[in-house]
Amino acid sequence: MNRTKGDEEEYWNSSKFKAFTFDDEDDELSQLKESKRAVNSLRDFVDDDDDDDLERVSWSGEPVGSRTRPGSFQSLSDALSDTPAKSYAPELGRPKGEYRDYSNDWSPSDTVRRLRKGKVCSLERFRSLQDKLQLLEEAVSMHDGNVITAVLIFLKRTLSKEILFRELEVRQVALRHLIHFLKEIGDQKLLLDLFRFLDRTEELALSHYREHLNIQDPDKRKEFLKTCIGLPFSAEDSAHIQDHYTLLERQIIIEANDRHLESAGQTEIFRKHPRKASILNMPLVTTLFYSCFYHYTEAEGTFSSPVNLKKTFKIPDKQYVLTALAARAKLRAWNDVDALFTTKNWLGYTKKRAPIGFHRVVEILHKNNAPVQILQEYVNLVEDVDTKLNLATKFKCHDVVIDTCRDLKDRQQLLAYRSKVDKGSAEEEKIDALLSSSQIRWKN
Amino acid sequence: MAFPHRPDAPELPDFSMLKRLARDQLIYLLEQLPGKKDLFIEADLMSPLDRIANVSILKQHEVDKLYKVENKPALSSSEQLCFLVRPRIKNMRYIASLVNADKLAGRTRKYKVIFSPQKFYACEMVLEEEGIYGDVSCDEWAFSLLPLDVDLLSMELPEFFRDYFLEGDQCWINTVVQALHLLSTLYGPFPNCYGIGRCAKMAYELWRNLEEEEDGETKGRRPEIGHIFLLDRDVDFVTALCSQVVYEGLVDDTFRIKCGSVDFGPEVTSSDKSLKVLLNAEDKVFNEIRNEHFSNVFGFLSQKARNLQAQYDRRRGMDIKQMKNFVSQELKGLKQEHRLLSLHIGACESIMKKKTKQDFQELIKTEHALLEGFNIRESTSYIEEHIDRQVSPIESLRLMCLLSITENGDARCSLDTHYGPEHLLTFSNLRRAGLLTEQAPGDTLTAVESKVSKLVTDKAAGKITDAFSSLAKRSNFRAISKKLNLIPRVDGEYDLKVPRDMAYVFSGAYVPLSCRIIEQVLERRSWQGLDEVVRLLNCSDFAFTDMTKEDKASSESLRLILVVFLGGCTFSEISALRFLGREKGYRFIFLTTAVTNSARLMEAMSEVKA
Repeated sequence: MNRTKGDEEEYWNSSKFKAFTFDDEDDELSQLKESKRAVNSLRDFVDDDDDDDLERVSWSGEPVGSRTRPGSFQSLSDALSDTPAKSYAPELGRPKGEYRDYSNDWSPSDTVRRLRKGKVCSLERFRSLQDKLQLLEEAVSMHDGNVITAVLIFLKRTLSKEILFRELEVRQVALRHLIHFLKEIGDQKLLLDLFRFLDRTEELALSHYREHLNIQDPDKRKEFLKTCIGLPFSAEDSAHIQDHYTLLERQIIIEANDRHLESAGQTEIFRKHPRKASILNMPLVTTLFYSCFYHYTEAEGTFSSPVNLKKTFKIPDKQYVLTALAARAKLRAWNDVDALFTTKNWLGYTKKRAPIGFHRVVEILHKNNAPVQILQEYVNLVEDVDTKLNLATKFKCHDVVIDTCRDLKDRQQLLAYRSKVDKGSAEEEKIDALLSSSQIRWKN
Repeated sequence: MAFPHRPDAPELPDFSMLKRLARDQLIYLLEQLPGKKDLFIEADLMSPLDRIANVSILKQHEVDKLYKVENKPALSSSEQLCFLVRPRIKNMRYIASLVNADKLAGRTRKYKVIFSPQKFYACEMVLEEEGIYGDVSCDEWAFSLLPLDVDLLSMELPEFFRDYFLEGDQCWINTVVQALHLLSTLYGPFPNCYGIGRCAKMAYELWRNLEEEEDGETKGRRPEIGHIFLLDRDVDFVTALCSQVVYEGLVDDTFRIKCGSVDFGPEVTSSDKSLKVLLNAEDKVFNEIRNEHFSNVFGFLSQKARNLQAQYDRRRGMDIKQMKNFVSQELKGLKQEHRLLSLHIGACESIMKKKTKQDFQELIKTEHALLEGFNIRESTSYIEEHIDRQVSPIESLRLMCLLSITENGDARCSLDTHYGPEHLLTFSNLRRAGLLTEQAPGDTLTAVESKVSKLVTDKAAGKITDAFSSLAKRSNFRAISKKLNLIPRVDGEYDLKVPRDMAYVFSGAYVPLSCRIIEQVLERRSWQGLDEVVRLLNCSDFAFTDMTKEDKASSESLRLILVVFLGGCTFSEISALRFLGREKGYRFIFLTTAVTNSARLMEAMSEVKA
């Protein structure tokens, strides 16, 4: 049924059999068949067996396409009821057991070779642990993963999991195949049992945690993440798992609240800037951006306030400033931007300070189409003079370029820059005034 | 520009035969299910199928309707259903759901599953478990070698990388072996074999076994290809992690070349339509620029455009007869060239725009610093900033891996917070595959390992070493780089127009490690003198050579080299070896499980829902 013609030919021609023809009377096999017919005629003793089911066994050992004989030759009760038949058989020819063996007595290495060719091949005769392991070793030493997995499927079915795990623990190549196989077929339970047995606690934890990816419903996902919290992750990962749970918990609250606000249509920010997507399952930084965008002014006590997020998740200053800057610049809230970099010292003087460096601030502002006046202010705060000059030139902050050249007493550069400003503009006048000034001692 | 091959360079064998073989076999299999049938094709097989057969061929063999295998109920009303799939569990489940739905509805149809390139026992197990074993007939379509170009054969198995290098599943080794066997039956035996890597060695052993079993098939044949070199991707992750700057690699990084063709969007075609373009040696314009450093490409294209203009201009002053000739003979070619030119110019512009936006210059500078091992602190802070700015998670991961391997230490930044906590799983994968390496425990582990080895028998020791190998894998990149001179010393500017070595594919900053190894071994015809390098690559047990008598091999065949990349190769590596071939009068043929690049490597490591 499932065997192709090629298979059959290969079976008959294979070296295990002498050339066989149906009219060859002397052939052992036909003798055997005859003996068997004789046995079968003693109906009362023998169950009605089909002649050709002897090799129609799939690689996993289950008879294929033939009537399933209850218990085949496996259960104890079967073996007992078989006894009379067995006692008959030797007298008439070969015992039934041997008869089966005859067609199936591939050695482990032959078996493995046949499996590699994709041939139908019963593994059922490998019943002792030693045989099974030998089969596995053969498969591993041949390197074909498909065959290793085939043998493992058989072992998984015919060995208790404790024995299987114990034997695989010292056979790493086979073990990796079993782990991958269990992942592929989605046998999560056995996989976790295996990791537990191997004492691979971290993999166990990760493997369990991985399941959250398949849970769509946010509340269910949150509940699932809660079950991950106590698992034996590495110290660092543990913190992330906790954060993951807390973050999703927050997102669920924020999402419900904001969806309501948005649909009510009373809040200006949501009317002006409708939300593009739900915040659920977004990374932390995206959540922070969202909160800086929609909830910037909220008091620290609310779950959706940026400051609260910063504290809860210990977001570093740099990251916070970058994100807040991007969000506020997008809204063109320049006052907020200004406040972000203003600090007061103990005497009450204000000072501008940017943990990310003002050159980055300028770039982000420029990306968000900030007007020149705003850009200029921040370009001026760049400490390194060369960088400042470059940025000012790049973003056409004329005043900064002019003032910097003046401070550097770089007449040549100022002269060169004159050609870049518009004719008759205020900038040109300013340059001209400087160039003709007698107050400055130019260095060139 | 577009360096010619040396006059003594050998001719490449004709690989188009492989396409014919695959097509004929598919037709044969379709004929095994006579009568009208609907064909369900797995998405990943569509492009490869496209390259060897078209819809009309399928129709000729009574394929009625075509469907994509996806998780949706089938609407087919045909009496016969044929599935053309990769041997994957999820495909079996899909087929089972269709068949079982039919059974419930009391409907009987014929089903046939064609596995490509081969059937796996795990798949049959699922069919059996789902109760449909025997209801469906199974066949194999051994289509494992797709010639993407005159010198490039792809197995189109990107999953090889994850399955083997992450999961340790050796299921594709036999597929590789079957492909090698096919090549040796068609093109004769390979007199000289070299290889490095665990998988390479296993594939080689299995292949030898197979050849012994089928003794005689290739015997007596004259070898056409003199050398074969097998190489595992994990011998050299660094090269695959670098940004590509030769044209073909850059096109792949920017637009993704899929199965030898690329979709150029409206920004390239300067029309409102996208265009699918085949990129291979037949595209004359592309063929001249594919291996060039990007900085040369613009100049070349504009020169080409001027020449074209000049040729068009010749029309002026032609008499009627000349004009007739021009129109009938030259115009078509010129138009074709014109079309191709404008496409590639469009692609270049689009690449430039994108790269300027991403501060490509700064990125490349950082990569070079990592490769050379200076300014590590600066590079690290660049990468951190890259992460902070949320440029792209894949890019950040790539840079971290590059930092980690070149510096031989874990460079884990706070990436999970930035790109979603699932990255926890990705990190774990990257570490298992050796793309992120651990900093400290290396030495401790080696100590533990040797201690354990002493306690157990030899055979078991090997197994325990296996278990440790992925953990103990240290990259030693710096030492290898020094030994193999991967960073060329350059006085003054490296002239990218006239490359002097393979480093040109990375702007003169770095010779791809994989290609350098191949070069060195071919030069020596063995691993002799490379012991230290092999040891540093953690491959002491997995570097091999095997020579047979060469009396039958012609001197021409001895300059043909088949390089087999297990786990994928990049276009940069292909360009570098093509360059080496031109220098030495060799020609390389590439066989890869799939064409890859840094983004594909990273994506293969990320976890998504099942």
